[in-house]
Amino acid sequence: MKPAPFEYHAPDSLEQALELMHQHVGEAKILAGGQSLVPAMNFRVVQPSVLIDLNRVAELSYIREEGDVIRVGSMARERHLEFDSSVAKHIPLLTEAMPFIAHPQIRNRGTIGGSLVNADPAAELPVLMLALGARLKAQNVSGERWIDAQDFFAGMFTTALEPDEILVEIELPFMPPRTGWSFMEVAPRAGDYALAGVAVLATLDENKKCKQAKLVYLNAGDGPIEAKEAEKLLEGETLNDKLIDSAAALASEKEITPFGSIHASSEFQRHLANVLTKKALKTAFQRAEDNLQ
Amino acid sequence: MTQSFPVTITVNEKEYKREVEPRLLLSDFLRHELGLTGTHVGCEHGVCGACTILFDGESARSCLMFAVQANGHNMTTVEGLAKDKDNLHPLQQSFWEAHGLQCGYCTPGILMTLVPFLKQNPNPTEDEIRHALSGNLCRCTGYQHIVDAVKLAAEKMR
Repeated sequence: MKPAPFEYHAPDSLEQALELMHQHVGEAKILAGGQSLVPAMNFRVVQPSVLIDLNRVAELSYIREEGDVIRVGSMARERHLEFDSSVAKHIPLLTEAMPFIAHPQIRNRGTIGGSLVNADPAAELPVLMLALGARLKAQNVSGERWIDAQDFFAGMFTTALEPDEILVEIELPFMPPRTGWSFMEVAPRAGDYALAGVAVLATLDENKKCKQAKLVYLNAGDGPIEAKEAEKLLEGETLNDKLIDSAAALASEKEITPFGSIHASSEFQRHLANVLTKKALKTAFQRAEDNLQ
Repeated sequence: MTQSFPVTITVNEKEYKREVEPRLLLSDFLRHELGLTGTHVGCEHGVCGACTILFDGESARSCLMFAVQANGHNMTTVEGLAKDKDNLHPLQQSFWEAHGLQCGYCTPGILMTLVPFLKQNPNPTEDEIRHALSGNLCRCTGYQHIVDAVKLAAEKMR
C-alpha cells in the first residue's frame, strides 16, 4: 500500500459533505479529481487522517450559462470545460488554455475546484481565474460566501478557504465585447509543468485604444501573479510594438518573481515571460481587432 | 482498526465483488486482487502513464484512484481489448506489425490511451499523435515506431 491509512467517506450530497467537514474540521481533506492529492499521498508527503471524496456528489458537477456568466460546479472535470461549447463561445481564453493542463488522462479526472484549491503557483487554472475576474463560492454548514479570485489565492498552495469550507462553484463572467485573448506557456515536454506562462486579455474601445488589459503569470511567484503596472501602461493607449515591448519588459523584470529551479534559472524564466508576453499581447490585440469588424 | 468497504466493479464486462481497504490503489486492486497484471505500474504518481485504463470509457491513471472509488463503475483494461490471442484489436495488431514496442512495459498504458484517442480522432496528424502520446513514457523506442503503429492502426480502423 502506497498511501498511509485514512478514514474514508463518500457522501452523495453536498449537505452530507459539509456536515462531514464540520465534524472532522482540521483533519479532513477533500478528494476531488485526485490528480495532485493522490500522488502526494502515494509519496506520503500528505497523510490526511480523514478523506472526504466528493466524486459521488453529482450536484457539484455542472457547467451552465446564466445571463452573462457561466457557472461551473467545483467537481466539473477539466476535460468537460475543455470541450464545453458555451465556454468556447463566451470565454475562448479558457478553451485555448485547457489543453496545456497536463494530459488528457489527467484532465479526464482532474476538476476545476481541485486545481483551484490546490493553488499550485505553476498551475494554469488559478492564473485563468485571475485573468477572467472569476468569483468563487465557498460553503460550510452555516452558510456560503463569495470570494473574488484575486483574494482567493493566499500564497504557495494556500487559499482563503476556512478549514471547514468547501469550494462549491466558480462564476466566470463572459469576456467583454471587443476582447482579444491569448494563453501561452513554455514547458520542457508537452503536459509538464511550464517554466513560464501567461494569460492575456485585451479589450479595445471604439477607437481601437486599449480599454482594459490583463496580464497574469504562472510559475512567477508564490501564486498567480498579475502584472498590474504593465496593464496600466497599456490602458488608454493605441497599441504598437514599442508599447508592447515596454509592457513586457516591465512585467518580466519588475513585477514577477520567479524562483528558478534545476530546469531554469529565474533569469531564464524572466526572459521566457518577456518573450511570451510580447507574443501573447500581439495575438490578443490581433484577435480584438478582428472582433471589431 | 482498518475500515473495509464492499465494492462491485465491472472490469472487461465481468462483475467482481470484493472488500477493499480505502487506501488500496485501483492499479493494485486490478493486479493483486483480480490478477489482471496487464495493467502495469511504473511511477505510481501519475507521470509515466503505464497504468492507464479506461474508466467509464475514458482514459485515466489507475494509480491515482482508489479502488473504493470504482464501486459501481465500469473499467476496461488491456486484457479487454482482444477477443482472444488470434484476434487482436487492430491497434494491438498494428503495434505488432510496425514494431511499436520493445520491452513492452509502457505498451498497455499506451494502448489504453490511444483507444479513446482514435475513436475521437480517427484521422490524426503526426503532431496530434505525438501530443496524444505525451502522457505516456517509453524508454526503449524513441516513439518513432509507436507513431508509425498509430498511423497504421488509424488506417486499419477507418
